[in-house]
Amino acid sequence: MSQLASQADLSAEIDAISKEYEAAGALPDFRAETNTRLDYPPYRSSVLRHPTKAPQQADPEGIELWAPVFGQRDVDPLESDLTIQHRGEPIGERMVVTGRVTDGDGRPVRHQLVEIWQANAGGRYIHQRDQHPAAIDPHFTGMGRCLTDADGTYSFTTIKPGPYPWKNHHNAWRPAHIHFSLFGTEFTQRLITQMYFPGDPLFALDPIYQSIVDPAARERLVATYDHDVTTHEWATGYRWDIVLSGSHRTPHEEDVA
Amino acid sequence: MSAQGRQSPTPGQTVGPFFGYALPYDGGNELVPPTRPDAIRLHGRVYDGAGDPVPDALIEVWQAAPDGSVPQAAGSLHRDGYTFTGWGRAATDRTGHYQFSTLRPGGATPYFAITVFARGLLDRLFTRAYLPGSAPAQWPSLAAAADDRGFVFDIRLQGEGETVFLSYTQD
Repeated sequence: MSQLASQADLSAEIDAISKEYEAAGALPDFRAETNTRLDYPPYRSSVLRHPTKAPQQADPEGIELWAPVFGQRDVDPLESDLTIQHRGEPIGERMVVTGRVTDGDGRPVRHQLVEIWQANAGGRYIHQRDQHPAAIDPHFTGMGRCLTDADGTYSFTTIKPGPYPWKNHHNAWRPAHIHFSLFGTEFTQRLITQMYFPGDPLFALDPIYQSIVDPAARERLVATYDHDVTTHEWATGYRWDIVLSGSHRTPHEEDVA
Repeated sequence: MSAQGRQSPTPGQTVGPFFGYALPYDGGNELVPPTRPDAIRLHGRVYDGAGDPVPDALIEVWQAAPDGSVPQAAGSLHRDGYTFTGWGRAATDRTGHYQFSTLRPGGATPYFAITVFARGLLDRLFTRAYLPGSAPAQWPSLAAAADDRGFVFDIRLQGEGETVFLSYTQD
């Protein structure tokens, strides 16, 4: 591909895949896709980086039935506030994002590591490879960690990230998002994903968001504005719950929610 | 467990290009100090479908201790140099190379459980790197090769010699 596709071309590709999926939905043996497609040509970088063979089914065994343990030794409680990592206040909309991490059976994932990273309010990452000519905020790094509590709840205080341009196609813009990295109670539940904001006008144009072809499945990545999380004269609030895959180990009684 | 009542999982998304300042950390790939007499190296390269190295991948390893036990000690993010947590994280370098200093995993069929993330890879991939001689008959390619200080395990995302990736049965 010598010339970058236009957004219109890209959107036509997205639309064709979406229509194909909708058409399949009318067939009797249809099963909704709950996962992200690895082979999604509108996301150009995926073309040479997706396996062509279906994954082999494995029964998790031994170590895979367990997850690494993280604790107070690993994470300082202050790391969950991305607005206090420097001497001054970062620019942008201060917000709290909170939610619960549960497994597919509804059990809370307790005392487990959650990591986030994100662009600043202007859509600029601190990463040296980010060439977007938007301002770097000297008071914002955009990386946080926390441990979930006994109920599986995580909470971060941060700044609402801005959308930013990228080089997938001409005039390509990512919807604003926060990257989330999650562990479960088993190795098999490891998840890295992105949280989005409700009503983003870039959703339909974004090949990464659209790589989850099932509309209900991709909406699971969109947080909800929650006025009960919003605090008076301080920060807006968003809620986003995360469901990991089911667990394979026989649950202990105390794990049942 | 029946499918009834099971909640739909949150889908994954690519780790993207900018995880480098957020996820890797000092000592992430040193499950034990490389100077320890019984330290081994697990290393390899990540390749794309054109055979080019992938310089922006992130590899995580999770493994049993040498006696086959499952490590359940905290401290992977701030290692004390003595506690074996069994978990590590390494970004690939400009040549697509990753490495861990660790201990030889024990157990009946010893292997390293591996997670692969990369820009361009829309969701994580799981695989296993078995110690030489331990790979099951159906997955001979999942055996790591021995070298002078440990084991080599290359990861090919696509094409000739494509790594066998695993999906875990849910029932």
